[in-house]
Amino acid sequence: MTSQDTRPVPGVSRAPRTTQPAPPRHLPPWAWAVPAALLVLLARYMAAAAGGWYAFTDWNGLSPHATFTGAENFRQIFSDPAARGALLNTVKFAACFVVLTNIIGLCLAVALNQHLRTRFLLRTVFFAPVVMSQLATAFIWRFLFDYSGPINGALDGIGLGALKKTWLANPTWSFWAVVIVLVWQFSGLAMVVLLAGLQGIAQEVEEAAQIDGATSWQRLIRITLPLLAPALAISIQLSVISGLAVFDQVMALTGGGPLGATETLATQVYKQTFVFGRYGYGTALALLLTVLIAGAALIQQLVTRRLERESA
Amino acid sequence: MKGRRNVLLAREIGLWALALVWSIPFLFLIVISVKPSAELFTSALKLPSRVDFSAYAGAWHSGHLGQSLLSSVIITGGSVLGTVALSSVAAYTLARRVGRLSVVLSLLFLIGIALPSQLGLIPIYSLFKSLHLTGTYTGLILLNIATWLPLAVFLYTGFLRQLSHEYEEAAQIDGAGPYATFTRVVFPLLRPVTGTVAILSGLLIWNDFFNPLIFLSGSGHTPLPVAVYSFVGNFATRWNYVFAAVAIALLPALLFFAFAQKQLIQGFSGGVKG
Repeated sequence: MTSQDTRPVPGVSRAPRTTQPAPPRHLPPWAWAVPAALLVLLARYMAAAAGGWYAFTDWNGLSPHATFTGAENFRQIFSDPAARGALLNTVKFAACFVVLTNIIGLCLAVALNQHLRTRFLLRTVFFAPVVMSQLATAFIWRFLFDYSGPINGALDGIGLGALKKTWLANPTWSFWAVVIVLVWQFSGLAMVVLLAGLQGIAQEVEEAAQIDGATSWQRLIRITLPLLAPALAISIQLSVISGLAVFDQVMALTGGGPLGATETLATQVYKQTFVFGRYGYGTALALLLTVLIAGAALIQQLVTRRLERESA
Repeated sequence: MKGRRNVLLAREIGLWALALVWSIPFLFLIVISVKPSAELFTSALKLPSRVDFSAYAGAWHSGHLGQSLLSSVIITGGSVLGTVALSSVAAYTLARRVGRLSVVLSLLFLIGIALPSQLGLIPIYSLFKSLHLTGTYTGLILLNIATWLPLAVFLYTGFLRQLSHEYEEAAQIDGAGPYATFTRVVFPLLRPVTGTVAILSGLLIWNDFFNPLIFLSGSGHTPLPVAVYSFVGNFATRWNYVFAAVAIALLPALLFFAFAQKQLIQGFSGGVKG
C-alpha cells in the first residue's frame, strides 16, 4: 500500500486511477513539513523556553546544572544603575526613533505620491540606506561626527566654530548622534510602507474632497491619515521592534559609551553574556528586552484596534 | 493649472535638495576612500588632489576581505537556499492538506514569527558550543534558516491558498508523483513568492552583524560586517582604509539593490496591500 492510494487528494478523487501507483519509497506527505517544523521547534520554541528558565538561575553557561535563584537576576538588574540606564536608553531610543522615522517617512511618502517626474529616482535615493549594512553605514557616520570630520568642518566654515563638539564622546550628543543615524537609515523603509498604503487609497475620495473645497491640509488630516491607519500601524510596529533591539549602530558608533550614555539592553545582553560570561544574568536581560518588545507590540495592537473601531 | 505646475516644480526641487543631504554619507564614502594617505589630515571637506585607489588594495589585503566576501556568499547562499527549500515544501503540504496536524503545524509556524529570537540566543549558543557548531558555517546557516522559516512559510502558504489546484491535478493525472508534481509544476509557479522570500531573507542575512559576531568570531569564517568591524578596530584613524573596506562591503548590496529594486520595494510593502 502506498501513501498515494490512501490519502484523499482534494479534487482528484474523481480522477480515474489508471495511473501507476507511486513507488513505495514515498513518505507520507505530511512528512514534508517535518524538517521545517523540527528546526523551528528546536531553535525557536525550545531555545526561547530555555532562555525563559535560565533567566531565573545563576547559570554560568558551562555547567549542566544551573541553580534556581528566583528573581535574583532581576533584583540585580534594577539595583544596578548601569543596567537601569541601559533600560531607560532602550526606551528613549525606541521612542525617538519611532516618532522621527514615521514623521519623516510620512512626509516623504505624501510628497512622493504626487506625479513628480523624478519620483522613482527620488524614492530610490531615500530607500538606498535601508539596503545597506547598518554596521557599515554607522562607520561612515562615525567619520562625519569625528572631531576633525566634516560636520565640525562645516560649522567652522560658516563661522559657527563655537558649536564644534566631540559629538560621539559627549554624553548628551552621542545619544542624538545614534538617533540621527537610525533615522537616516530607516526613514526610507517607513516611506515605502506608507507609499504602499497611500496607493491603496482611491484617488476619487481625495478629488471629491478637493471639489468640496477642502484645503490640502484638511485632506491630509481628515481623509488621508485615517485611510492610511493600517499602513501606519505596520510601519510603527516595525519601527518599535527594531528601535527596541538597536545593536549594530551603537556598537559601531560609540560601543555604548561615553559613560554608558548610549548603552542599550541589546548591547548589555551581548557584553554581559559573551564578554563577561554571565549567562544567567544575560538571559534575564534578554527576557526583559523580550517582555518590552512584546508589551509594546500588544499596546500598539490594542490602540490600533480601538482607533479602527472609533473611526468605523 | 500653471500655478499648480509651479508648486509641483518647487516640491521637486525641494525634494532633490533633501535627497542631496540624504546622500552626503555616501558622497563622503566615495571621496575619502580615494584620498591619498598624505592628504587625510588636511580638512575633511577638501577634495583629493588626485584619485588614489591604493586604499582599496590595502584594505582588501590587510582585512582579508576576499575570505570574508566568500564567507558572506556561503552563509547567505546556504541560508537562503535552505529557507526556500524547507519552507516551500512545508507550506505546500500545509496549504494542500486538511486535518488537525496541518492546523497545529500552521499555528506552530505562525506563532514562530512573533517569537522573540533574543531570548533563545544564549541557550542556542551553548547548545551549538557543546555540539561544536560554533565557528562553523553549518551552525550559523541552520540558525538563519530557523529564524526566517516561519515568515517564509507564512508567505508561501498565503500564495498557495490563492493558487489553483488544477495544474497539480493535471500533472497527477499525467502520472507525476508528488515529488515530480512539486518540483516540475508547483515550485515554478511559486516564483513570485520565492523572489520575495529570497530577497528579503538574503538582504537581512547578508547585512547581519550580531549573529555572526557571536557564532563565528575568531573562526576565520567571518562574513563582511564582522570583518569590517574588526578592521575598523585596527585602522581607526586611517579613514581612507576604513572607507575602502566599507565601500567593498557595501558594493554587493548596492549592485543587488540596483538589480532587484522594484521587487524589493514591493516585497517590503507587500504586507500592507495583502
